[in-house]
Amino acid sequence: MLASLIIVFREVLEAGLIVGIVLAATQGVVGRGRWVALGIAAGIVGSCIVAAFADGISSLFADTGQELFNAGVLLVAVVMLAWHNAWMAQHGRELARDMKAVGRAVKSGEKSLAALAIVIGVAVLREGSEVVLFLTGILASEEGGLATVAAGGLGGMALGALVSVLLYAGLVQIPTRHLFATTTWLLTLLAAGMASTAVNFLAQAGILMSGGTVLWDTSGFLRDNSLIGQALHIMVGYTDRPTEAQLVAYVAVVAGILLLTRWAARSVPRMVGAAE
Amino acid sequence: MRCFSLLSAVCAVALTGLALVEVAPARADDMVTIVIKEHRFDPAEVKITANKRVTLLVDNQDATSEEFESGEMKVEKIVGGRKQIKVMVGPLKPGRYPFFGEFHEATAQGAVIAE
Repeated sequence: MLASLIIVFREVLEAGLIVGIVLAATQGVVGRGRWVALGIAAGIVGSCIVAAFADGISSLFADTGQELFNAGVLLVAVVMLAWHNAWMAQHGRELARDMKAVGRAVKSGEKSLAALAIVIGVAVLREGSEVVLFLTGILASEEGGLATVAAGGLGGMALGALVSVLLYAGLVQIPTRHLFATTTWLLTLLAAGMASTAVNFLAQAGILMSGGTVLWDTSGFLRDNSLIGQALHIMVGYTDRPTEAQLVAYVAVVAGILLLTRWAARSVPRMVGAAE
Repeated sequence: MRCFSLLSAVCAVALTGLALVEVAPARADDMVTIVIKEHRFDPAEVKITANKRVTLLVDNQDATSEEFESGEMKVEKIVGGRKQIKVMVGPLKPGRYPFFGEFHEATAQGAVIAE
């Protein structure tokens, strides 16, 4: 039971922290609850499908299907996060200063929310399929009955959800004007971390052959599979042994999103500027 | 139209990180088999050639799924119950590289020794 609890807790935490950050980032945006719920629901349904076809996916592309699937899913999330941040750069000031302006921005806001729903969906999909595989595996074997597995799984889910809620509650304590800046940074680092993880999967699949040298090792200080290390891994992309390729991907995504948001902020229509 | 060009800009940015590093196809390599039985690795320690890319064939004979993971080798891959996976590692410098089964960490422990 303890094993189920710990495994499920860790997977739920990974997806939950992303949901928490997204919810904090979309404070005051109309219809966010619906999109977030849709993302979670689609992710759960997708998890079961991915788990059911896990062996099929794994054997694709000369047995590198699992790595390519993971890398692909992460890169989709990176693109969606970049897009959302660019959108926020264009409309964020409106949302923060004048909640009445939200109505005007709703139509394009839906696009940004859809992007974040996809981020949530793929996060739940990735972690959820691991939970499904783990739990069905336990159920298929003789060890532990349905009751103990269910108790462990539900306990893990509750704990993971609790930590995510605490993160969300902490983030929304930040005054609105700083909240947008904070969550924009969190989403940027989240995207960069995802990109560096994706690069690692590509290296594991043998598609990326260079840049595999480990640059430094801080595993003695903080292991990335410890609880704090794992939380930092999800939120800001902490890795105890980053490779050259991972660092390049991380820096490139941070720089790319910064440039993109700067460009998007500059191309804010005059009308909005006049309304301020 | 605006959205489309924005999206393609985002895609270009996201791919920049990948474009900067050289990409090459995988080669056929040496293969070493590691069996998982009763949440233990057999053999628990495998020797491989250092500075060479090696494929580990992880053969899970348990009914439960396992996640083959190693921070040292930067590997993370799920192997279903009674299934096999191939994991490419290296080239590794001489040394000891521990790995573990994340779903049964208490017993599933092992190491690759590159020499």
